[in-house]
Amino acid sequence: MIDERRGGRPPVPVPVFVLAAVATAFFALPLAGLLWRAPWSKAWQYLTADDALTALRLSLVCSLWATAISFVLGVPLAWVLARVDFPGRGVVRALCTLSMVIPPVVGGVALFFALGRRGIVGQYLDQWFGIRLPFTTAGVVVAQTFVAMPFLIITVEAALRQMDRRVEDAARTLGASSWYTFRRVTLPAIRPALIAGGVLAWARALGEFGATITFAGNFPGTTQTLPLAVYLGLETNPEEAIVLSLVLIAISFAVLVGLRDRWFGTGNRAELLA
Amino acid sequence: MSLEASIGVQVGTLDLRAELTVADGELLALLGPNGAGKSTALRALAGLRPIHQGHIRVDGAVLDDPTTNTFVPPEQRPIGVVFQDYLLFEHMTVLENVAFGLRARTTPKADARRCAHEWLERVGLASMAQDRPRALSGGQAQRVALARALATDPRVLLLDEPLAALDAGTRAAVRRDLRQHLASFAGMRLLVTHDPVDAYALADRVAVLEGGRIVQSGTLAEVTAHPRSRYVADLVGVNLVSGSVEGGVLHTERGAAVVIADAPNGPAFAVIRPHSLTLTRETPAGASSRNVWEGIITDIDRLGERARVGIEGLLPLTAEITLAALDALALRPGDEVHVAAKATDIEVYPA
Repeated sequence: MIDERRGGRPPVPVPVFVLAAVATAFFALPLAGLLWRAPWSKAWQYLTADDALTALRLSLVCSLWATAISFVLGVPLAWVLARVDFPGRGVVRALCTLSMVIPPVVGGVALFFALGRRGIVGQYLDQWFGIRLPFTTAGVVVAQTFVAMPFLIITVEAALRQMDRRVEDAARTLGASSWYTFRRVTLPAIRPALIAGGVLAWARALGEFGATITFAGNFPGTTQTLPLAVYLGLETNPEEAIVLSLVLIAISFAVLVGLRDRWFGTGNRAELLA
Repeated sequence: MSLEASIGVQVGTLDLRAELTVADGELLALLGPNGAGKSTALRALAGLRPIHQGHIRVDGAVLDDPTTNTFVPPEQRPIGVVFQDYLLFEHMTVLENVAFGLRARTTPKADARRCAHEWLERVGLASMAQDRPRALSGGQAQRVALARALATDPRVLLLDEPLAALDAGTRAAVRRDLRQHLASFAGMRLLVTHDPVDAYALADRVAVLEGGRIVQSGTLAEVTAHPRSRYVADLVGVNLVSGSVEGGVLHTERGAAVVIADAPNGPAFAVIRPHSLTLTRETPAGASSRNVWEGIITDIDRLGERARVGIEGLLPLTAEITLAALDALALRPGDEVHVAAKATDIEVYPA
């Protein structure tokens, strides 16, 4: 403490320190609770059970698909929102990020009326192509993408707005088409935001529950992801639910810790904090 | 073979209307204060901002002409740009930066890299080919930006304040380097700068842009010998008086009269050199000076053995006197003074 003061850095104000400690405890305690009640002796047995492994695999596959689709569709959308000045842009942005704030169950119901067998688009998917999304693994991906993509969109849009567009000008004067500039200059320039947004979207997809269970149901092997298995487990076997919960937490925590430098790194990555 | 541009652009409060021509092999400096529209003109030439009126032609080919709805996008113009902060691509190596333009034009990777390497050798940075731009000094970054712009073999090279991002200590050396590298490029070159030293060191010809208009152009010697704007007069350090001559007297808009040796009637500029002025506290009696103006001292700058004295009055002037004279008169800001000048020391030329 003394050294810090000598270094000219002001001491942390006591109320700020106390409140920050409370906040940290608020996040740490639920985790401690799970760890405390975890049936460590039987953990391995629960983990390697067929249904748990199936749910874990399904969760990983679906959430990665959802993240990939979010990139393919979300980055162009973020670019349009950041760069194209069109009437109603605010409305479009609100529409495309609405699923972040509405209850996921409501999102699932809405998806049902859009893409379900009697939905406005779903009925034609069914009639013309024989594609049925509800209660399928593809439906899980759709539900996860629906709630996860906005996290990528807002992160990437903020980065696009804050990048120095004159770098793109420089690329244009060097003979790069707008598409070449986008790929070779714009995307690399916002790489930290792409990573951060991708991780946020993936984490959201991994933890998705409400929209998935509403739109895709809870069928082991096809639509029962890890969060759904946890929920089911609480009814039948709470010990197993705790183990599965810890698995989910461990995966997410590992990724967040692993990426913390990219995320909160120094220099021109400050834009991510916006 | 030349660049001919008549640029009409309105942005915010700036109304830019500038005629520019640059001959093959010529380096024109577009000189002017901040906000004059220099960078806007450069962006228009590069195609980064469409013009509202006028036309831009390079070697006779129309690049921008609103009347015929012609607009060639920047990537298709034969124009390279060195930007103010160089704007190197931070995520690429120095070599990749220089090769970028060629790669964008679908030159095979190996050829592009070979060509980029040659350019780096030419600017003396081959050893830093694999470094990232952030490892470069300001002067090195400028050379990479120059190599990057020239690697695509443009007809026209535009430079936007190429020395402004450098600290004073390295500017002179970098300017000398730049001069040498620019000399090896045979096309048309246009340099945007607010620093007359850059224009003096690098340019063949100067066009002075002020308030969106070209107020003067010619060689730097011509421009500074007969300033036609306050900006140039301030750069040269002389007093510029504009008005109308009638019967050997120049009358300014504010009503001051300047007796001059001889000049035809009509609108004219007069240059009064600060060291040709004498200051007195009392009305000078029986002096040979035919001009005496009254004024109040606003500021005094001591520069070595001399002092520059700013005087506000009907005719605002800057006088340069010796420190001895300053001390003898005990002049202070706020004092009233009489300023005298011989008519024969005042240079007059038609506006």
